[in-house]
Amino acid sequence: MSEVTMRIWRGDASGGDFESFTLEQNEGEVVLDVIHRIQASAAPDLACRWNCKAGKCGSCSAEINGKPRLMCMTRIDQLPEGPVTVTPMKAFPVIRDLVTDVSFNFAMAERVPAFLPPPMPADGFRMFQVDVERGQEFRKCIECFMCQDVCHVIRDHEDSKTHYAGPRFFIRYAELEMHPLDTNDRREFIREEMGLGYCNITKCCTEVCPEHIKITDNAIIPLKERVVDAHYDPIAWLGRKITRRVKRSSDAAAVQPAP
Amino acid sequence: MTPYEHHEYDVVIIGAGGAGLRAAIEAKARGLRVAVVTKSLLGKAHTVMAEGGMAAAMGNVQSEDNWMVHFRDTMRGGKMLNNYRMAELHAKEAPDRVYELEQWGALFDRTAEGKILQRDFGGHRYARLAHVGDRTGLELIRTLQQKVVSMGIDVFMECKVLRLVRDADGRIAGCVAYWRPTGEIVTFAAASVIVATGGVGRSWKFTTNSWESTGDGHAMALWAGAQLIDMECIQFHPTGMVWPLSVRGLLVTEAVRGDGGVLRNSEGQRFMFNYVADMFRAETADTEEEADRWYDDHDAGRRPPELLPRDEVARAINTEVKAGRGTPHGGVFLDIASRRSAEFIRRRLPSMYHQFMELAGVDITREPMEIGPTCHYIMGGVKVDAETEATRVPGLYAAGEVAAGLHGANRLGGNSLSDLVVFGRRAGIAAAEYAASSTGPRTLDDASVEEAVAEALAPFERTEGENPYDIQRDLQEMMQANVGIIRNAAEIDDALEKLQGFCDRVRRIKVTGGRAYNPGWNLATDLPSMITVSRTTALGARDRHESRGGHTREDFPTADPEYATFNLAHSAPGGRWDGDYLTERSALLEIPDELRALLEEAK
Repeated sequence: MSEVTMRIWRGDASGGDFESFTLEQNEGEVVLDVIHRIQASAAPDLACRWNCKAGKCGSCSAEINGKPRLMCMTRIDQLPEGPVTVTPMKAFPVIRDLVTDVSFNFAMAERVPAFLPPPMPADGFRMFQVDVERGQEFRKCIECFMCQDVCHVIRDHEDSKTHYAGPRFFIRYAELEMHPLDTNDRREFIREEMGLGYCNITKCCTEVCPEHIKITDNAIIPLKERVVDAHYDPIAWLGRKITRRVKRSSDAAAVQPAP
Repeated sequence: MTPYEHHEYDVVIIGAGGAGLRAAIEAKARGLRVAVVTKSLLGKAHTVMAEGGMAAAMGNVQSEDNWMVHFRDTMRGGKMLNNYRMAELHAKEAPDRVYELEQWGALFDRTAEGKILQRDFGGHRYARLAHVGDRTGLELIRTLQQKVVSMGIDVFMECKVLRLVRDADGRIAGCVAYWRPTGEIVTFAAASVIVATGGVGRSWKFTTNSWESTGDGHAMALWAGAQLIDMECIQFHPTGMVWPLSVRGLLVTEAVRGDGGVLRNSEGQRFMFNYVADMFRAETADTEEEADRWYDDHDAGRRPPELLPRDEVARAINTEVKAGRGTPHGGVFLDIASRRSAEFIRRRLPSMYHQFMELAGVDITREPMEIGPTCHYIMGGVKVDAETEATRVPGLYAAGEVAAGLHGANRLGGNSLSDLVVFGRRAGIAAAEYAASSTGPRTLDDASVEEAVAEALAPFERTEGENPYDIQRDLQEMMQANVGIIRNAAEIDDALEKLQGFCDRVRRIKVTGGRAYNPGWNLATDLPSMITVSRTTALGARDRHESRGGHTREDFPTADPEYATFNLAHSAPGGRWDGDYLTERSALLEIPDELRALLEEAK
């Protein structure tokens, strides 16, 4: 039975260092299995997030040998020979060990102007598979936030977090924009407040997406086209000048009573 | 007053899965102060693991379907141990809850006419499961999460509730929790508390459940004075992965069988034809030819036996493996590769395709899967009133997997997601109305708070003691061996004795490191709940001298009609996890004649 050496970053906001653990390697194991065995033996206080251990919840994101991966879906036997280095996601502040403070993403979620459908007909809405499939691709997102972690606008520019939503929320906006029922127009908001223009389509987000969502090609580029179309449409421009109409906010959408 | 961070709300909901979020939406819509407290991040709840769909008799695919058939299927699947009123409300209200999700942004798969598509599942007479590929739970949680966020509901993430606290009148007054990132204590005062904490699977070795499913809500409700019923009824899902060992237990959706997959033993035989119980014979195909016709045209044949309720299929697989007809890794084969095109499989079952490809190196469009039973769901839980989800403790409610009644002795696939939204909503309404009408501020009893805090922190004080992970591993192995899928008196008695030993070991836990995000410490706070669940399951299993649904006794192999008249109800008179429990018979509700008639129809 061969062995595996794990170099795991341990520490908190004040700093930290790598700690190495060498264990037996079991057949078919993923990185998270080995982390669990370390917790059960040498380091019961080794902090990491995980829930489903099946690639469905997006909790166990970390950087494995420098690349954002889900620890539960990364098999040890498919990594290159030698020590496996595991570090917390770099774009977010460390809480402890492999656990980071991802609250930036939840703050961005609160700013999304809500879904706003028309009243439902008595026998339900009619939508066609071909129309819902566009949004369904984006709704596969498991919110692992690895696209946010790898996006250089966030990763290299901490101050972007106030005015740049990041790829996870661009697919959310694209989903709403392409939703057959939604009536809320967010295009100016995405341009002005969510910083869509800062994305220069390097596709790093698409590369790390564990759900294989084509974030850049299917969400961000079409979204950029729609936003630009709306912004430079001369009639829309004139309308904005005259009315300065505020879009229906999330508050207005949220007060719809539960049917 | 205690020195801890403190919050006051009208309604506090513990758990942010489908039931908790649906309850929060309803309570908030009534203008109350609502908090959701979850030990994970928002959107990570175990609900995301639900794959196949959400059962609701909308009749979009087969117009013959209606609530009466759904009611009948749920009761028969539950082997008549259900709370009939919950089964009735669930069948009647589920379609509205599905349409409501669509109004909140969910994108279900569609029929050719543009309606919500429904798929076949075990135990459901008609195609009934609204779904999104094989990731329906994710769609449900994301839709509810986005609704909760848009309504501005306060969510306390990575905040683990340790104990419920009552006031001097015995009403619920709030709870004590701790922040996982810092380890600091936080208290909540509330007129109503809804426990929506999900399941208990972590007490077994092979389970589909995540670390979260430690039965916190079951345990806290019991300690606070509520009753637990049907705790012996545990669903072992027939199809979990068996290899590699590190993913043993991981769920393989029933949709594989709904979409044409069949079970074969090592001799290549479709063995399920040998395991059709009399109760299901009239509606189950006799031959492979008939079963295969059904997939193409539901009127051209009866249902394949692979789609019998889960308890029937799990027992059959267990028997085949024990008889020596298992696969090299101790399961049976689930084959869809030889029956459907690769394109069909990748489109209908995308996450199964990826799961097997990435974790086992198996291409399910070319080879069969190896599967076996895995601990999946607990039908038992907190005893509640069907209409309001109220427990017998004033101000305490329970909804979702943590509550009991709807599913009886065995849950049908797809009935869980609809359970969450039907009864989450009802609990939200009732808890809000109770909070709005009840008088007086709630004051947490300082002594109760301090006792909970002292117990949680004790493992830091000890200079030597046990590693909580060792205790968890031993508990899981013991429960798997002694109170697993097939049980007998000797093994259950042995389990009950060993559980006393586990209580002693938990009282000796020592944790290392600090309080900030310490998983070892968190596990130490989970173990009293896991032991409470294990004890009540073993007690129920000991006293139910028959086999019914998710409870199989090799020394009492058949169902006994007398046992169909009551649930086994547990309480903890002293309120202690390691104290004495009381187990008594609690009569089932009498089914009205007009509903009974629905159950007794031949087909």
